[in-house]
Amino acid sequence: MERRYFLKAVAITGVASTLKIVDGFEVLAQTSKATSGSAGYDLVAVMGGEPDQMFRRAIAEMGGIGKYVKPGNKVTIKPNIGWDRNPELAANTNPVLVGEIIRQCLKAGAKEVVVFDHTCDDWRKCYKNSGIEDAVVAAGGKMIPGHDESYYREIKLPKAVTLKTTKIHQAILDSDVWINVPILKNHGGAKMSIAMKNLMGIVWDRRYFHNNNLQQCIADCSTLAKKPTLNVVDAYRLMKSNGPQGKSLSDVVTSRGLFISTDIVAVDTAATKFFNQVSAMPLETVEYIGKGETLKIGTTQLEKLNIKRVKI
Amino acid sequence: MKKVRIVISLMLFSLITFYFLDFADLLPQQLHGLMRWQFIPALLAMNMVAVISLVVITLLFGRIYCSSLCPMGILQDMADGLAKRFHRKKKYPHFKEQKILRWSMVALVVLAFAGGFHLILNLLDPYSAYGRIATNIFKPVYLAINNLVAAVGNYFNNYHFYEMNIFMASISSLVIAVCTLLIIGFLSYKYGRLYCNTICPVGTILGFLAKFSLFKIKLGNDGCNSCGLCEMRCKASCIDATTKEIDYSRCVTCFNCLEVCNKKAIAYQFSGWSPNKPHTMERDSKGYDATKRTFLSASILVGLASIQKVFAGRDKDSAHKINEIYTSHNVPFKKKHPITPPGSVDVNRFNDSCTACQLCVSKCPSQVLQPTFTAYGIIGMMQPAMRFEHGYCNYHCTLCSEICPSKAIVAISEKEKKTLQVGLVQFVKENCVVVTDGTNCGACSEHCPTQAVSMQPYKGNLTIPTIHNELCVGCGGCEYICPVRPFRAIYVEGNPVHLQAKVTEEKEEKKVKVDDFGF
Repeated sequence: MERRYFLKAVAITGVASTLKIVDGFEVLAQTSKATSGSAGYDLVAVMGGEPDQMFRRAIAEMGGIGKYVKPGNKVTIKPNIGWDRNPELAANTNPVLVGEIIRQCLKAGAKEVVVFDHTCDDWRKCYKNSGIEDAVVAAGGKMIPGHDESYYREIKLPKAVTLKTTKIHQAILDSDVWINVPILKNHGGAKMSIAMKNLMGIVWDRRYFHNNNLQQCIADCSTLAKKPTLNVVDAYRLMKSNGPQGKSLSDVVTSRGLFISTDIVAVDTAATKFFNQVSAMPLETVEYIGKGETLKIGTTQLEKLNIKRVKI
Repeated sequence: MKKVRIVISLMLFSLITFYFLDFADLLPQQLHGLMRWQFIPALLAMNMVAVISLVVITLLFGRIYCSSLCPMGILQDMADGLAKRFHRKKKYPHFKEQKILRWSMVALVVLAFAGGFHLILNLLDPYSAYGRIATNIFKPVYLAINNLVAAVGNYFNNYHFYEMNIFMASISSLVIAVCTLLIIGFLSYKYGRLYCNTICPVGTILGFLAKFSLFKIKLGNDGCNSCGLCEMRCKASCIDATTKEIDYSRCVTCFNCLEVCNKKAIAYQFSGWSPNKPHTMERDSKGYDATKRTFLSASILVGLASIQKVFAGRDKDSAHKINEIYTSHNVPFKKKHPITPPGSVDVNRFNDSCTACQLCVSKCPSQVLQPTFTAYGIIGMMQPAMRFEHGYCNYHCTLCSEICPSKAIVAISEKEKKTLQVGLVQFVKENCVVVTDGTNCGACSEHCPTQAVSMQPYKGNLTIPTIHNELCVGCGGCEYICPVRPFRAIYVEGNPVHLQAKVTEEKEEKKVKVDDFGF
């Protein structure tokens, strides 16, 4: 039996590999314009609620999780878990939000939901003290490691300017759907750490970014063919200063916001403008966002988008 | 009794060994308590409870420490056991105590230690030597097995096991550990507890006490037919079956003789305080050769000394080459002081107390503590220092200070650790990518837990690292992540005496009202 299935699979894969990508295939891709337009909104911004509550509202406005996660899908969630800090210090994505996203994915029929980050501090301490590991397990997801090079596979980024090849975590490459869940933070080097910057956590060699024009590499990384299906920016707490690690509670502002979009450049633009109300951060100083638009990853022109703003 | 001894010994040996290997914290951290009972570390830590207890136990029951608590002793018994598998009729001849050699080793260790040359003690202390074997040989093997299991598990989507980075932190420590294992392994395979009874300073001191122990092995007159089986099977070579005398200074209370005697003529019994005079009769008939033994022990020392020489030369060469190649692009620097772990107070104190057992090296979750070669000079060889190639010191972690058995690293609280300045950040502006390439970076500041390195406005949109010395704790986050090679743009210089960093107050979150979306 198994041998027969295997042989069939090999045959089908073989045939599939001979196919050429034609425009009709776009319909099948979940990130294409055609499908995202049908529900109406390009970006949903929610304010004033708890993290899980805001996500539930936002995803409903986006057309429901079922639009993005299909039954049987392998889902990967990539929060920011970079630092050995507790949730109150806003260095890592809110664990309540991560838990809620997992629950929604599983409800939509996802086969499994895995969560990882290539952390800066000791990964075991980050997973634990961020509260994310506990939240993930409680929600029925699975934490997987990202600390070793063996988990990463080299891919080409043909549209990139500087970062032509890089090693990406296999959980991203092998997923059916992946959801990018950054937290909104100030960043000493890159200016802001939001959705595009969060992709540095799916990459093995971060030093390369820092050594070869950080702003360009961040933009380049988002040219990845396997784009995040959704970008969910956690701004329940934001880090206004001393980012991305932060020093104390005085760096934190409880801003109770959440932004969600399939357009990673647009969501970073919106989040930066939101942040700018707390601490001055003109959009043009965050160079990678502009570079992202130049690379046609997305748009900074929010006025051209269909945005839904909700205050709870 | 032999069985009880074997069970207890194997249990303690397994716990000690696995505690060294256990990177995933499967065992409770409290197990470091076992290391506090190791004789030399306890002595250096002035851990009087342990030292007096060990002395009292020896005075009561003989060298229980050597047979059941010392991991090196148990390792030798295992090598010895292996030998018995291959050579069914393995015999240990009785020979005279090497009194002069034994006590000159003790004298050498004591004199060298008094003279500030601790390396000899650190080389010969059986626990520390075993610690280095566990750290430098067993742990990489354990990690390799773990990685194999992890690779298979991960292939089947099981992430219970995870891959670990295996690297050789120190050639010198590895070479010394391998030599120690080979030499002691060979000696025990061939001659049983020869190391313990000729070279080991702990063995000599406890052996001296054991002469006066209350409970002793006795060769009885009733039933003994002088078959000599006990003598042949004594791994300490301390039984003379013909005169029915035992050299208690060498007896490690293994009870093998009790087991082996067909006539049940040997007993472990109360014998009062009188030291049984060791047998002094000359016996050269059984192939014992004093010169051979002296030669062996001398060659250990000479061998180890020459290893140092060989690697001393090699290290200098390679450092020199790096300088030559890269000076044109990248400003070189040389660290003046090694960075001692937080809790070690100052470098001299640390060098005086550390036995280089490398327990902290094995247990450091960030792989920051690594054995040194000549960073402390020859005397401190194999003692650990903080190095930032594979990680940096976690801001909240105090593990090494809690587990150090010799108190070379004194226990500190997390609060104390956060203001302890083990080193000071140095910025080499000429190497910084912001200056050389005119692009953003900020990796150092990103990793700085106290913002002793903060990013301040530079040209245009650029920000550049700026140092605030008073806040630096010397964790090495900046040095670890700095992408510039071969010489980084930022590094930590050790503080020979640890200082206090300014306290960063845990201020309250400011109430900032955000009412609108801003777009």
